[in-house]
Amino acid sequence: MRMACEECRCSAEITQDKWEKLDEIIAKYKGRPGALIQVLHEAQELIGYLPREAQVRVAEGLDIPLSEVYSVVTFYALFSLKPKGRHQINVCKGTACYVRGADRILEKLEDTLGITEGDTTSDGRFSIEVVRCMGACGLGPVIRVDDDIYARLKPDRVPEILKKYD
Amino acid sequence: MDLVTLTIDGQRVQVPRGTTILEAAEAAGVDIPTLCYLKDINVVGSCRVCVVEVEGAKSLQASCVTPVGEGMVVRTNTPAVREARRTVLELILSNHPFECLTCVRNGNCELQALANRFGIRDVEYMGERATFPRDESTPAIVRDPNKCILCRRCMSVCSKVQTVFALAPNGRGFDSMIAPAFFDDLSNVACAQCGQCILVCPTGALSERDHTQEVWAALADPRKHVVVQTAPAVRATVGEECGLPAGTLVTGNLVAALRRLGFDRVFDTDFAADLTIMEEGHELIERIEHGGRLPMITSCSPGWIKFIEHFYPELLPHLSTCKSPQQMFGALAKTYYAEKSGIDPRDIFVVSVMPCTAKKFEAKRPEMTSSGYPDVDAVLTSRELGRMIREAGIDLGAIEPEDYDLPLGISTGAGAIFGATGGVMEAALRTVYEVVTGKELTNVDFEDVRGLAGVKEASVDLAGLNVRVAVAHGLGNARKLLDKVKKGEAPYHFIEIMCCPGGCIGGGGQPIPTNDEIRARRIDAIYREDRGMKLRKSHENPVVQELYREFLGKPLGHKSHELLHTRYTARSRYVV
Ligand code: SF4
Ligand code: SF4
Ligand code: SF4
Ligand code: FES
Repeated sequence: MRMACEECRCSAEITQDKWEKLDEIIAKYKGRPGALIQVLHEAQELIGYLPREAQVRVAEGLDIPLSEVYSVVTFYALFSLKPKGRHQINVCKGTACYVRGADRILEKLEDTLGITEGDTTSDGRFSIEVVRCMGACGLGPVIRVDDDIYARLKPDRVPEILKKYD
Repeated sequence: MDLVTLTIDGQRVQVPRGTTILEAAEAAGVDIPTLCYLKDINVVGSCRVCVVEVEGAKSLQASCVTPVGEGMVVRTNTPAVREARRTVLELILSNHPFECLTCVRNGNCELQALANRFGIRDVEYMGERATFPRDESTPAIVRDPNKCILCRRCMSVCSKVQTVFALAPNGRGFDSMIAPAFFDDLSNVACAQCGQCILVCPTGALSERDHTQEVWAALADPRKHVVVQTAPAVRATVGEECGLPAGTLVTGNLVAALRRLGFDRVFDTDFAADLTIMEEGHELIERIEHGGRLPMITSCSPGWIKFIEHFYPELLPHLSTCKSPQQMFGALAKTYYAEKSGIDPRDIFVVSVMPCTAKKFEAKRPEMTSSGYPDVDAVLTSRELGRMIREAGIDLGAIEPEDYDLPLGISTGAGAIFGATGGVMEAALRTVYEVVTGKELTNVDFEDVRGLAGVKEASVDLAGLNVRVAVAHGLGNARKLLDKVKKGEAPYHFIEIMCCPGGCIGGGGQPIPTNDEIRARRIDAIYREDRGMKLRKSHENPVVQELYREFLGKPLGHKSHELLHTRYTARSRYVV
């Protein structure tokens, strides 16, 4: 469950340059049908995620209530409210992996990193995300860290794997 | 008119094309249950409590969104329909706290009533329940998302009627919630505190911040001199809290009930409304004569004030600097009245009975302490007072009527009509006319500014000056006028704005339900009160005259500025 207090309200690292680009994106779509989704999409590509300040800027720029902007952002799974970590951990929870204990892998990851699925560690090192089938069903349970695949994983290998990434 | 004939439960019904099955059934006297539906405001077909069987259709149809067709055969009470409704209710209840006994809406909850009507005795699938913290961040509105059934009525009223957009769906699926953006507290967003969302919420998910315990405590404290003021609209509505029909005037009964509850003095906000007219009327004349900022806009509706502070801060200089009657009363109770009665203002506890949740916010504004103390100590809505009267076992309808106390209980019909949209304007015109022309106004009824039309206009000839006025109620209508003012296209001298549809009789603290039919009956009661008064012009109020002689000096004088006028705060539309 997400709560207000956990959500990122700190000033994100949006550089002056990015603010200007964001304003350009807003100007480009303003007044066009479907502008909000388009702008959010490009804003996310620009910044990497959609921090509160960016959403306020979009709301102001397109003259759309902030509540509506946030509503759209949280409705579509493709939008992210949190910055991604330097290393992205995808845990497969497709049926095959699930049956072979993907849950225990996820639990171990969450315990080790002190975050839950969907979150990023406070040092910005890792994000965990649950994905549906990665197409490696015979090798489950499977996780992917950046471009590396780890197959037939046992929970106790998790710490050793994480050590490889900084 | 293009008429369509259909059959509902065996009855032939003729209705205009485009009518929904639900409306057609209503016309035929067939009661279909609804939950998410709110006439004209929330017609979304999402809860599916209102399903009916339509012959030839593959599935059950949601009657609130399905238009009638020629020759349609509708059945509203078949085993399949009853089963579907029960399933819908059971699903809602499987994720609902069973707290009816301790819920503010116990006995007045649409969900509870439906569970009762459909004889739900147990809920088969008690699933995992989502739990959310209560939001008690504002002085006026409490949100308990756990009791929310996601019907979206609050959000529709907030966005379509009030155009505030404080609430929207957040998130998806199980953890979704109708809430301010970022699941934020209501105190962190631009919310008018108007309580219109409370009025339409079918459950206890939205309610007023309850101040009854503070008031009971003050009443029980022998050191406190507890005075109460009753807003103009309350006498036309609080009867509904005590089982009387909408539109019943209970003025004298209300006074008697308040005395029975133990208030030391029962005074009237209507008195302060008369005083407001003296100050505001003179402010208008002054602005017209000396080139002040026009149009001048009324300032007695605190939901409206918070709205303009957030959404049109650049227009703040248009606002009259007059405090609302509630706050004028508070400031005088702890100065003038304290002096006159020889009571230490520290011991005076001022309670307001208001139609309004935003008044709770207003009373807590830091600038509302011009007496040196909080000018108003506690604000009760009509609903809360209703609860206190019922708790004390007083039969409001049967109690022998009594009169208000002197001096702050004396008022005129002009004060009384503050409770309905257009009333402040009409009251002001009655006084301004006589002050400016020096002639007697023989017909005091300004019909053009009365009634439920969203924006009303009128003009009055004042000794050669054609004064143009406009009136709006509901913030969406206010926005229409403000956009004109912003563009310099508002040819008015004076604008009255009330935050709530219908004015204070439709305030967010009023009895539930409140709808247009009920609003109209309450408005009738307000004008009945006015017609029944001996004095109908604020400047004729003898106590107001005495107050100026003994204490204030003259309207807009030094003391008035200190006690009766205020300033405003520009606020952001976003993170506050
Ligand atoms: S909201 Fe209604 S059903 Fe829910 S606990 Fe309160 S009274 Fe009962
Ligand atoms: S109090 Fe008024 S402005 Fe605030 S959320 Fe409710 S309806 Fe909207
Ligand atoms: S808070 Fe009330 S009105 Fe709003 S969606 Fe929930 S149940 Fe409906
Ligand atoms: S009342 Fe018709 S779907 Fe809710």
